[in-house]
Amino acid sequence: MDLRKILLVALCALAPAAWAQDKFIVVSSTTSTENSGLFGHILPLFQKKTGIAVRVVAQGTGQALDTGRRGDCDVVFVHNRNAELEMVQEGWFVDRHDVMYNDFVIVGPKSDPAHVAGLQDAVAALKRIRGASAPFASRGDKSGTHSAELRLWKAGGIDPKGDWYRETGSGMGATLNTASAMNAYAFADRGTWLSFKNRGELAVLVQGDPRLFNQYGVMLVNPARHPHVKKDLGQAFIDWLISPGGQAAIAAYKIGGEQLFFPNARQ
Amino acid sequence: MSAILPLRLEEVSFVAGGRTLIDRVSLALEAGTSSIILGANGAGKSVLMRLMHGLLAPSAGRVAWSGEGARRRQAMVFQRPVMLRRSALGNVIYALDAAGVPPVQRERLAAEALEEVGLGHLAQRPARVLSGGEQQRLSLARAWALHPEVLFLDEPTASLDPGATHEIENIIRAFDAAGTKIVMSTHSLGQARRLGDEVIYLHQGRIVERASIERFFPHPATAEAAAFVKGELPWI
Amino acid sequence: MLDTLASGLRLVATLDLRLWQVVGLSLVVSLSAVALAALLGLPLGAALAVGRFRGRQAVIVVLNALMGLPPVVVGLVIYLLLSRAGPLGELGLLFTPQAMVIAQTVLVLPIIAALARQAVEDAWREYEEQLRSLGVEGTRAALTVLWDIRFSLLTAVLAGLGRASAEVGAVMIVGGNIDGVTRVMTTTIALETSKGDLPLALGLGMVLIGIVLALNAAAQLIKEAAQRRHG
Repeated sequence: MDLRKILLVALCALAPAAWAQDKFIVVSSTTSTENSGLFGHILPLFQKKTGIAVRVVAQGTGQALDTGRRGDCDVVFVHNRNAELEMVQEGWFVDRHDVMYNDFVIVGPKSDPAHVAGLQDAVAALKRIRGASAPFASRGDKSGTHSAELRLWKAGGIDPKGDWYRETGSGMGATLNTASAMNAYAFADRGTWLSFKNRGELAVLVQGDPRLFNQYGVMLVNPARHPHVKKDLGQAFIDWLISPGGQAAIAAYKIGGEQLFFPNARQ
Repeated sequence: MSAILPLRLEEVSFVAGGRTLIDRVSLALEAGTSSIILGANGAGKSVLMRLMHGLLAPSAGRVAWSGEGARRRQAMVFQRPVMLRRSALGNVIYALDAAGVPPVQRERLAAEALEEVGLGHLAQRPARVLSGGEQQRLSLARAWALHPEVLFLDEPTASLDPGATHEIENIIRAFDAAGTKIVMSTHSLGQARRLGDEVIYLHQGRIVERASIERFFPHPATAEAAAFVKGELPWI
Repeated sequence: MLDTLASGLRLVATLDLRLWQVVGLSLVVSLSAVALAALLGLPLGAALAVGRFRGRQAVIVVLNALMGLPPVVVGLVIYLLLSRAGPLGELGLLFTPQAMVIAQTVLVLPIIAALARQAVEDAWREYEEQLRSLGVEGTRAALTVLWDIRFSLLTAVLAGLGRASAEVGAVMIVGGNIDGVTRVMTTTIALETSKGDLPLALGLGMVLIGIVLALNAAAQLIKEAAQRRHG
């Protein structure tokens, strides 16, 4: 009795009809973008316009680019311009377009042991944090955010190592959870920060430095390398993102009245 | 006429765990006689039965039936009956299925077998909730349905009360009357006398004496058998 | 923490279609995986219990060890197999619920097979002689015993179900946690935790535990009812 019933469930469950969708693409993006809620806002607009469903796989930037290289997605949408351009050069992607930027902020405990609050110079702030050996939680996961953070340390001539510098090896949210629990400083993208609900004693202390701006790019996986790629549907998505309609949708996304992403595509 | 008897054992030995449990046994079992295998605990009765039925392979010697298809023409009843988790009827049907009886005949033959042993009214009862005596009767019904030429019984009533024992013995007699050869081990002297035609006395894995019931019981010829009958045999 | 739990349950109670979609997918994926694993694993366990061949002990040891396969490792291996860059890329199964079912089946199969092997081996001691006496051997005997102890095997199946519904590593990697497509309860809990929405994560966790408890209770009732009927 048991076996027969279970078998029936299994067969129904695996019936392809249950999950077949006519038009969809797989877009590989970053966890920070996903966590910001941007996709929940703009993708329904795209689907309404074109009938194309977008399935977002959210990973770290490094993994997202690798997913594109393997051909496991149709489009890659991340924020690491240097790595993106390199891979276009290598032939894994067709082309790269600027889409939008958001910014990073340095958050930290309100008690601010390193005295960085209000600074507009991110590198100077990091120097002070190092000088005070104040606890700092880093993603440490080769993500776009992590790479940006490391570039700033390097700009300040610092190699961040020591008990005060904690690499969580995980996503933005998990790292912020750790920072919140440890009352540590952290380097975060504004989008994740705005939707992050477990702030504890943390607040934004440093922002506005142009070096904190975070550029997003979108690329189509190269059909020459991966013939199965849905190049027309994927291109439609890219075209929409950089079109006035897409750009407006991005600008319209707000959390608590605050705009997260600033469209800057060139036509 | 029996197709598979006589059963011949030729210098059969069985060794396990370094111990010789059956030691060069040679005998021939003929049709028509109910053979009782008698002996104290540990004498090797169960092992001998299993060697004859084919559940164990001899370490030396040969177990030879006289005709073809001996596998299907014998049945065995164990001291503790093993029933499948289904109805009494279902258990007999299973045996008929295993024996290759066509599906259309199975239920009828099974029901008849249950009637024969007096379990007809319990046909739909789950076999595992039956009493010990009822389960043993069910084992016999299962064997009956197959109409075996030889029925092995390994101490079939050792775990039963006198009332149940009596019922089982009646059924064994019915098998005998129907022409099935009975080969039964027991350590009950009374049961041997009630049901047997001949006694094969086993002592420490060897056949020490073989005689008809009439000759064996008043005066066993060997010292070991005599001691057993007098109830003085030390437990091994 | 009680505050968090309370607000979590409140959130869950008011939650909409999307939550139930997630719950539904979780059940479908895990139950399918368990069904497949049972279909393959129960006979495998029975065959291993009853069969005699060289290296049998080694196979048993390996099978028992595989019960402890880390889900994230299984996920990674299946990912590498199903990726377009991998040997089975043609199937296009990565980032679909089917991939999740495959990964969980691989995870659960050793559990069901190993536990079934133990149960059948224990029962075999009781049944073997009688079955052989009736002329039933090999595959047929193994299947007879398997069917006869079916209610005990429920425990093995439930152990598999527990593993499948609890794991997050495998389904996260091969499924990609795509909203509306491959997002299940465990990956949602991981996601909400990473977004810092701990009350919601906790509430979902309670729902997950509640569902698994309910399934186990139902199985226990079935088992008891059956035992009363069949003995």
